[in-house]
Amino acid sequence: MKHRLTFTGKKLIRMLLLLLGVSLAAFLLMSASPLDPLQTNVGQAALGTMSQEQIAKLEDYWGVNDPPAQRYLGWLGDFVRGDMGTSLLYRQPVSQVIGQRLQNSLWLMVFAWVISGVLGLTLGVIAGANRGGLADKLIRGYCLLISSTPAFWLALLLLMIFGVWLGWLPIGLSVPIGVDAASVTLADRLYHAILPALTLSITGVANIALHTREKMADIMEQDYILLARARGESHRSIVLRHGLRNVALPAITLQFASISEIFGGSVLVEQVFSYPGLGQAAVNAGLGGDLPLLLGITVVSAALVFGGNLIADLLYGVVDPKIRRGVAKL
Amino acid sequence: MRHWNGRRAALALLLLALLVLCAVTAAGCLLGEQAMVTDFSRKNLSPCGAFLFGTDWMGRDMLARTLTGLSLSIRIGLLTAGVSAVLALVLGLASALGGWVDSVVSWCIDLVMGIPHILLVMLISLAFGKGFVGVVAGVALSHWPSLARVIRGEVLQLKGATYVRTAEKLGVSRLQIARRHFLPHLLPQFLTGLVLQFPHAILHEASVTFLGFGLSSEQPAIGVILSESMNYLTTGKWWLAVFPGLSLVLVVVLFAAMGEQLRKLLDPASVHR
Repeated sequence: MKHRLTFTGKKLIRMLLLLLGVSLAAFLLMSASPLDPLQTNVGQAALGTMSQEQIAKLEDYWGVNDPPAQRYLGWLGDFVRGDMGTSLLYRQPVSQVIGQRLQNSLWLMVFAWVISGVLGLTLGVIAGANRGGLADKLIRGYCLLISSTPAFWLALLLLMIFGVWLGWLPIGLSVPIGVDAASVTLADRLYHAILPALTLSITGVANIALHTREKMADIMEQDYILLARARGESHRSIVLRHGLRNVALPAITLQFASISEIFGGSVLVEQVFSYPGLGQAAVNAGLGGDLPLLLGITVVSAALVFGGNLIADLLYGVVDPKIRRGVAKL
Repeated sequence: MRHWNGRRAALALLLLALLVLCAVTAAGCLLGEQAMVTDFSRKNLSPCGAFLFGTDWMGRDMLARTLTGLSLSIRIGLLTAGVSAVLALVLGLASALGGWVDSVVSWCIDLVMGIPHILLVMLISLAFGKGFVGVVAGVALSHWPSLARVIRGEVLQLKGATYVRTAEKLGVSRLQIARRHFLPHLLPQFLTGLVLQFPHAILHEASVTFLGFGLSSEQPAIGVILSESMNYLTTGKWWLAVFPGLSLVLVVVLFAAMGEQLRKLLDPASVHR
C-alpha cells in the first residue's frame, strides 16, 4: 500500500511540473506571436480614427506593453488562486467561459470516448485473434481508411448526407434556433449532439482498434497460447481467457491516451457543426488574439490529458496483480 | 501476382504509390496557373466532361485547384516530416548520453504529447504569424515526440545489449560504436518512422489550414478549398467538398501504404512472411 502511495505522489508531482511547463510553453508561444490584439479586434480602420489616448487605454486593457515575464508571473499567481483572467472576446471570466463550453463539449467527448473505446477494443481483439482472416482484412481496411480521412472532411460529409440531403438531423449548433434558452429540452440537446458525436466516434475507433489488433496478434503468438491450444482449448476460450486478460493493460493505456486525440478531433468537428464547445472557443480565441482564454483552454486540456495518463497508471495497479503486490517495478 | 513473393509485391506497391504521388505533385505544379483563372461564364458547374470536378462560384476549375492544393500539401508534408524526423532522431540519440539529458528529453516528450495535437499546431502557427511559415513550423515542431520516443526506447535497449557492452570493454570508441552498431539498427526504424509521418503531417496541415491558422485564403490549399466549400453546402454544391476531400484521402492512403510496405521490406522479423 505504501508503495502505491509513493508511486501516486511521484506521478502527481511530475504531472504538476508538466502542467507548469505546458503553461509556460503556451505563454511563450503566444507572446512570440506577431498577432496584435488591437488590430485583430478593433480593426485597422477603426484604429486609425482613434485618438492616442484611446489607443493607450486599449493597450492598457489588453496588456500590450507589460514585459512577458511580468505578465506570466502575474497570470500564474492569479491562476494558483483560481483566477484565470478575463476573456477578451467574451468579456467574461475565463473560468466561466471554459466551464460553460466544457459542459457542451463533455457530452460529445464522453460519448465518443466510450463508443470508440468499446468498439475499438472489440474490433481490435476480433482482428488480432483472426489475423489474416476475412474479418481482420475488413477491420484493418476500415481502420486504415478512416485514419487517413481528415476528421473535418468526414464531418462535412455526414453533414451533407444527414443534414442537407436527408434532412434528418440539424446542420449545426447545440440548440434549436429561435427557441428560448429555458425551453430547450434535453432531447433537443441530444438531437443536436448526434452528428458531432458520431463523427468523433467513427474517427476515434480506428486508432484504438489498430493498436489493440497489433497487441492481440503478438499475444496470440506467445507460448502460453500454443500450450492452451495443445491442451485442446477452443479458440473462443483462448481469446476470452488468455487474450483479453493480456490485452487489458495496453488497452487501458490506449483508452486514456485517446483523450488527447478526441479533444483534437472535437476542435475540428465543433468548427464544422458550429457547436459551441471548448474546441470552437479555442479556435475563436486563437483567431481573435484572446490570449487569456487560449492559455486557459490549453492548460485545461493538458490537465485532462495528464489526468487521463495518471488514471491509467493507477488502474494498472488494480488490473495487474504483479504491480498490485509491488513485485514489478514501474 | 500469384508467384510473386511478399517482398516483390511490397516493392511493386511501394514504387506504384511513389509514382502516383510524384505524378500528382508534378501535375499540381504545372496546373498552378490554371487553378487561379476565374471565368464567370462557367461558374457553379456541376461535374461534367470538361470539368471533372466541376467549377466553383468564381468559375475556377476544381480539378486544377485540387491538384495544385494536393501538390502543395505533399511538398509541405515532405518538408515538415523530414524536419520532425531529424529532430526526433537527434533527441532520441541524445538520450543515449543518459543522466540529466535523458530526463530532459523524456520530459519534453511528455510535455509536447500532453497538449492536444491540433491545439499545439495552432499555438506554434500563431507564434510564427500563421501563413506558410506558421503551418510548416507548427507541423514540423509538433510531430517528433512519438518517433523520438520509439528511437529513445531502441537506443536505451541497444545501450544495454551485450555486444555493445562488449565493444565498449574492448575499447572501441564511442563514435565507432555509434556508426557500427547503433546506426544500422536505427536506420530502418528511422526511415519507416519518416515515411509514416507524411500522412499525419499532411492531415494536420490541411486541418490547421481549414481552421484558419495555416495557409492564406488566396492559396489553393485543400484546407482552404474545403473551408470555402462550407459556405455552399446548404445550397447543394456537394462537389466542392466531396472531390477535393476524396483526393486528399487518396493521397494520404497512398503515403500510409508506402510506409506500411517499407516497414515490411525493412523489418527483418517479417522477411519470411
